[in-house]
Amino acid sequence: MQPTDIRNPDYFHRVVDCQWGCPAHTDIPEYIRLIAQGRYADAYMLNRKSNVFPAILGRVCDRPCEPVCRRSRVEEKPVAICRLKRVAADLRGNIDHRLPTAPTEKNGKRVALIGAGCASLTVANDLAPLGYELVIYESLDKPGGLMRTNIPAFRLPVEVLDDEMDQILRMDIDLRLGQEIKSMRDLLDNGGYDAVFVGTGAPKGKELSLPGRHDTKSIHIGIEWLESVAFGHLDSIGERVLIIGVGNTAMDCCRTSLRLGASDVKVMARKPRGFFKASDWELEDAEEERVEIIVNHSPKEFVVEDGKLKGMIFDLMEYDIVDGRIADSRITGQEFFPCDDVILAIGQETAFPWVERDIGIEFDRWDVPIVDRVTYESTREGVFFGGDAAFGPENIIWAVEHGHQAAISIHKYCHGEAITERMPPGMNLLAAKMGIHEWSYSNDYETAPRRAMQHMDLEKRFRKLDIEVELGFTPEQAAREAQRCLNCDIQTVFEAPLCIECDACVDICPVHCLTIAPNGDQEDLRGRLTAPAHNLDQALYVSAELPQTGRVMVKDEDLCVHCGLCAERCPTAAWDMQKFELLTPYVHHEAAGRPPGGSAGRQEPQFDKGTDQVRPAA
Amino acid sequence: MSYIARPKVSHPALARNELGLTMRDYVGGMSTLCAGCGHDSITGALIQAAFELSIPPHRMGKLSGIGCSSKTPAYFASSSHGFNSVHGRMPSVSTGAAAVNGRLQYIGISGDGDSLSIGIGQFVHAMRRNLNMLYLIEDNGVYGLTKGQFSASADSGSTAKRGEVNEQQPIDPCLLAIASGCGFVARGFSGDREQLVPLLKAGLSHRGFAMIDVISPCVTFNDHEGSTKSYRFTRENAYPIGHTDFIPPEVEIRAEVGVGETQQVQLHGGSSILLRRLDQEYDASDRGEAYAYLSRRQGKGEVVTGLLYVEEGAPDMHALARLGDTPLAELPYERLCPGSAALADLQDRLR
Repeated sequence: MQPTDIRNPDYFHRVVDCQWGCPAHTDIPEYIRLIAQGRYADAYMLNRKSNVFPAILGRVCDRPCEPVCRRSRVEEKPVAICRLKRVAADLRGNIDHRLPTAPTEKNGKRVALIGAGCASLTVANDLAPLGYELVIYESLDKPGGLMRTNIPAFRLPVEVLDDEMDQILRMDIDLRLGQEIKSMRDLLDNGGYDAVFVGTGAPKGKELSLPGRHDTKSIHIGIEWLESVAFGHLDSIGERVLIIGVGNTAMDCCRTSLRLGASDVKVMARKPRGFFKASDWELEDAEEERVEIIVNHSPKEFVVEDGKLKGMIFDLMEYDIVDGRIADSRITGQEFFPCDDVILAIGQETAFPWVERDIGIEFDRWDVPIVDRVTYESTREGVFFGGDAAFGPENIIWAVEHGHQAAISIHKYCHGEAITERMPPGMNLLAAKMGIHEWSYSNDYETAPRRAMQHMDLEKRFRKLDIEVELGFTPEQAAREAQRCLNCDIQTVFEAPLCIECDACVDICPVHCLTIAPNGDQEDLRGRLTAPAHNLDQALYVSAELPQTGRVMVKDEDLCVHCGLCAERCPTAAWDMQKFELLTPYVHHEAAGRPPGGSAGRQEPQFDKGTDQVRPAA
Repeated sequence: MSYIARPKVSHPALARNELGLTMRDYVGGMSTLCAGCGHDSITGALIQAAFELSIPPHRMGKLSGIGCSSKTPAYFASSSHGFNSVHGRMPSVSTGAAAVNGRLQYIGISGDGDSLSIGIGQFVHAMRRNLNMLYLIEDNGVYGLTKGQFSASADSGSTAKRGEVNEQQPIDPCLLAIASGCGFVARGFSGDREQLVPLLKAGLSHRGFAMIDVISPCVTFNDHEGSTKSYRFTRENAYPIGHTDFIPPEVEIRAEVGVGETQQVQLHGGSSILLRRLDQEYDASDRGEAYAYLSRRQGKGEVVTGLLYVEEGAPDMHALARLGDTPLAELPYERLCPGSAALADLQDRLR
């Protein structure tokens, strides 16, 4: 194999599985270390830089970081990354003085943001400090989009939502509530905007066209029903409720039903377990509240008598599962389930009836707008999409990343620059060695299992709709959980010319991830390593030829616990531990024309890292 | 040295041996030797050899004298027996241990100071006695623990770290062993584990005294230009006489290699060694030839490595001294201590 090119920031970035897995590339190991040091406000600010809504996401993020956490490969459970984020938010204290502010003097550019959800708010967060005049149009009476309408208050308290939105909205943002855009053409022609960003989400719940669907008022579309509950238009439901679908929205619907008076709630799944769309933890939380999940039942018919819903008939399904996939299925019978209400939670879609089809914004054959995956620009110049509106339903953290990237595009577009010419991500590598046997991080392996999240007592939580179920970690729990992090960003960096091939590193590595061997192609090398290296998703770090024998040092990145013992035992410092910092360019870097310097680099020209405040360029 | 403990975590898919153990079950305490010490690599090779031979850790007896080398037993097989004895006196202690319990797998670990200076008499007599043990000399040509003076194995003309030239002749433990009647003589290099592990396995399986001299560079005092025991010098001047393959009992040997190129030696317990010779003139079963060959090559400054001499079947100490097979600890008390009448009877016979 060729020697690994570690100068490409992607290489070490990939080693930090959580950061690589996070669409916004949040510097997770660093904020976990800050939490471990009790520096909650610093942890919060570091989070905010990339994911903008730490308190919200600390509760409801879909956590793409956790399934990929190295800890889940070394042992069973990942670090509770998401809930640690919440700790930083819960305990941060007052951070108002560290939030970005908008300059009084504007830059003369006006941008319309359609929909006041997470995508638009991120764009606003990034552009407002640069002096943009921002107008957000929102059809509802309150901002927040799906974060307010679809996520129940017992998972995301309204105060938390309002606080983090206010951090952005207070930057002179013209929020126009109750103003639905009815015509894109009209907005483009008469709005007087330099650019338009569409962040309208995926507001249309999917229909289930079965006999009896429209014969009663007791069949609801999940996201619309949740919205009615969120705005207080609805405060009750029947005793027996059937939820159709097993996604995360279904979980919110069943748990909300319990809080509105239902006592018998069943989630009806067409497929068996393992094929559910809902995240495992959301399923667990629902089942803890005694929601019954019934598998292999496919909806067939609503039974309605005189406009009153009696129940539903399902086909009983049987599946042939080959290699974890459904190869074949058949119906083996039918079953009737009595119920008072049915909630349909089988997916949602984007809807653009207000975007005319002859104004240069093209849609594909599924009626989804054609949007560039890098620039987030539509086929019409100056019109950008982000969040669920761009590529269909994803989750909040994706919308935030879309927002960051769209902000860069909008800025470049407004200034006549090519939006495709963007700053690449950079990196810093900083020696982590502080002295003899002294490292700048805690490299002890914490053997403790993942801390369990405390929940509100079952008897108490249903009394009101907005009693938050998760109680959050205490500082003590957070400190312990933080120690479970393997510090994957403290990288093992190898300098081949220094190696004397003494085997010290190979022998000391607790997880046998190092090998000194003659070079070969990847498949051959993987077969000759000290320990099995079957995880092809994880790279082999291959050195240049070693000076004495011409063999190579090979590190299987898969299970490295970043304990630093290889560097500790290396007599020549051929192995070194170095802290990797990903330098992600945001719009203020593009605006200043200087790449991010990071904590070790030069003073940032526009944003001071310590305060995240806008400063005049140096 | 490091005092950061090795994390209590291991690779979830580590291979298991016949006993169901992984390599981690053969490790010991954290090494306090200098980082990069050859001795630590030998420890690694020992762990691998013991693991691959599926030796139950509690059936091993680790013995050592004094010196950097003699700290090694602490760094592998924590759950086995061990005795860190007096400087140069490990062979005596081993003799005693073997006499009372011949069923343990004895591994003696010594150094060039411990075996070739203060303990040379004990070393030679242990070979003469053919004690059933694996005897390793971790040979770095220097007294590391006392800050780098030349040892008895330092080559004439080699220099110390600060430039002094050694003018005395070296004692080569392999020549000494061949001359002293040792039945298994090999030389390895800590930096060549592929060669060392089969040698260790063969030595552990040999019945009688198996002496392996392992060149083990001292990173702190003897890894410089002018040293003939450095990583670089050894790699550049090693002269392997052949490959030694250790063949476990259940594996059939297929003689695919031409006759004359290979030499098979049957070991005690059914396993065997297959020597694939690189040098046709070498015969590892001829003591006189081996001695002559070795001295000739050494004279040219080459470090001859590999299995140098092997003779299987010579009676070991147990056989020579007609010792019982049962360990004393397992004998019933009445046999172990037959009483004053039996003592009186014995004394009468000796009068």
